[in-house]
Amino acid sequence: MKEILSGNEAIARGAYEAGVKVACAYPGTPSTEILENIIRFPEVNASWATNEKVALEVGIGASFGGARAIVTMKHVGVNVAADPLFTLSYTGVGVNGGLVLVTADDPELHSSQNEQDNRNYAKFAKVPMLEPSDSRECLEFTKLAFEISERYDTPVFLRTTTRISHSKSVVELGERVTGLPEPHLVKNPAKYVMLPGNARGRHYVVEERTTKLSEDGCTMPINRTELRDRKIGIITAGVSYQYVREVLPEASVLKLGMVHPLPHQLIRDFAAQVDTLYVVEELDPFIEEQVKAMGIAVIGKEILPICGELTPGRLRKAFGLPEQALTTVEKLPGRPPNMCPGCPHRGVFFTLNKLKAYVSGDIGCYTLGFMPPLSAMDTCICMGASIGMANGAVKVLPPEERKKVVAVIGDSTFLHTGVNGLMDMVYNQGPATVIILDNRITAMTGRQDNPASGHTLMNQPSEGIDLPLLCKAIGVKHVRTINPLDLTECEKAIREEMERPETSVIITDKPCVLIKRDGVFTPGTVLEVQEEACTGCRACLKIGCPAIEWIPSSGKRGRAHIDPLLCNGCDVCSQLCKFSAIQEAKNER
Amino acid sequence: MSDKVTNILLVGVGGQGILLAAEILSETFLLAGYDVKKSEIHGMSQRGGSVVSHVRYGKEVHSPIVPEGEGDLLFGFELMESYRALTLLKPGATVVANDLCIAPPSVLMGQETYPADLAAKIAELFPDSILVDGQQLAINAGNARAANTVLLGAVSKRLNIEEKYWLEAIERMVPKKALDVNLKAFAVGRSLA
Repeated sequence: MKEILSGNEAIARGAYEAGVKVACAYPGTPSTEILENIIRFPEVNASWATNEKVALEVGIGASFGGARAIVTMKHVGVNVAADPLFTLSYTGVGVNGGLVLVTADDPELHSSQNEQDNRNYAKFAKVPMLEPSDSRECLEFTKLAFEISERYDTPVFLRTTTRISHSKSVVELGERVTGLPEPHLVKNPAKYVMLPGNARGRHYVVEERTTKLSEDGCTMPINRTELRDRKIGIITAGVSYQYVREVLPEASVLKLGMVHPLPHQLIRDFAAQVDTLYVVEELDPFIEEQVKAMGIAVIGKEILPICGELTPGRLRKAFGLPEQALTTVEKLPGRPPNMCPGCPHRGVFFTLNKLKAYVSGDIGCYTLGFMPPLSAMDTCICMGASIGMANGAVKVLPPEERKKVVAVIGDSTFLHTGVNGLMDMVYNQGPATVIILDNRITAMTGRQDNPASGHTLMNQPSEGIDLPLLCKAIGVKHVRTINPLDLTECEKAIREEMERPETSVIITDKPCVLIKRDGVFTPGTVLEVQEEACTGCRACLKIGCPAIEWIPSSGKRGRAHIDPLLCNGCDVCSQLCKFSAIQEAKNER
Repeated sequence: MSDKVTNILLVGVGGQGILLAAEILSETFLLAGYDVKKSEIHGMSQRGGSVVSHVRYGKEVHSPIVPEGEGDLLFGFELMESYRALTLLKPGATVVANDLCIAPPSVLMGQETYPADLAAKIAELFPDSILVDGQQLAINAGNARAANTVLLGAVSKRLNIEEKYWLEAIERMVPKKALDVNLKAFAVGRSLA
């Protein structure tokens, strides 16, 4: 049957068809929808892990137990999972327990903090990597990845990019394999206990495996030579293959389905058949440098950008082809993303700005606290870093500035890797303030449950972690929970804790307005601006709420207006109005 | 079937239902027997930012994104985003734009003004354009929330695909209880000249 699926949906389908029993992930754009789609198949035990390292460890355990397992994450998630990954390469997988690790990279940084090229991880960890070019290949390569994993006793990377994960194309569906052996305990400590004595021997196995894969790759159908005009030959993979076919339809192509290890002889043969050889790849010169190291003349980053994603237009430009003349339009106001109306983070960032805090930020919706008019974030590096960095800052700053340091982190990010930072801060007696923005959900990636939300990925009730109790158990003496929508309470709490020369934690206690589960979020009464009372002072505009609009033509010097369809009745704006001009709307929507 | 690939761009503001409309387009082209590709960015863009979705169909489609300056049809859900996206179109392209203005943050805060006369500017650059009062026509059809389907009807009229495939795709993608009003809204959009 034919269906049109996104790359992520196709990977989920491929994992199902491959007989996968366990799927585990931490959400991260553009990888999130793989696990969200896999829950359609009750045969698969799917779960959100606290972080990517734990997700991979769960996958390894399932593999060693003898079941096929898939673990998915965004590119930077592999940084977190790198520790088990590198040694997993040595142990190999369990008997009949293929393990596939999906890394979803994000060239152009559509929704990420960097654009690292995770093909480098394949080479670094000596793990084979497949790279599909569309959804059909996402499904087929996922199944093939499990076969390779078991045949060569290795974990296998499946690498996508945003344009593969989030593009849809036509896919042919198959059936789930049957007859895979049932999991059972297999003891083999010499292979699975990586003490130096065992690991030394395994390193040789890894090197032999890579050599064998490179040789066998020359005859794998996923590494395919397409001979057309011999003047130009292009080595390419992933979405770049599609751009090559779009822009240079006559060129000969060596399409690599496996980007590590490279099939050396196949590359030599292809190079010998074409006049000029190019590598077309996004980000790093990963293939190019290896081809050059083989002593083959090839053109790559001399004409192609390292930064950003490729597009048909950029490829056209690189090859000196005539470019389309583009229509020009007038400069327009930008439209950046914004926190939602009623978002519980808004009042916190307004207050941090007012108190001139130095905000050590983290990854989540609240990173938008950086945007004007809230403008209350000073650093953001990676998941969980806010607390450790705050602790480092207070070690060096003079006492008056030390007070200004506040770490801000979401509930899911705190449990991901922030909690380790807090343990360190308590242990080493760092006097910074930590605010945990507990909105009961992993919001930015599209509202996924987490260990504090009280539900699992399979929508089963679960023990929600008690964040205040957790902080106290770590040893934080000053833990307080506040209503972030009450600006007076918010300012009092943050001011007092900033003054305190000890580790303290403030937990905000209001849910994300987008949570659909019954009884979690209830909107307040819609507000409206009383025109006669509004003096046009603009105080309510300082929180940047999308429901509040400045109407320059209203009244003598303009007035504010609240869109009743957008307002969630959080009441933060009315607390800023000195003239009591913002009141509950008379006509409920 | 010609080898030519048709390039459609759907643009608007996060939360407007652009992704569902793009799904219905893709499903229609698949039903009509074409190869289809669709691409968009999730994540940050959902928080009220600009959204662009690419849908391409033809005998064989390679790139999932529309090559720069090769858009054949613009399906605009918001006026300023429609105007912004004109740079993606080829000369003489068709524009179907919703007559709806959503103020971006800088305009909400009174730091910039929403640009004036955008409809006229679009029509000047792309004479084959139609501005649709999606909201009002949807209210006439029975529900303001079917505005996107009115626009879809107007788009469908400008693509050479049999009506039955559109109707089948809508039936597949729209919840049952909203089907009647959506079919009505689609017919309204299709009747626009």
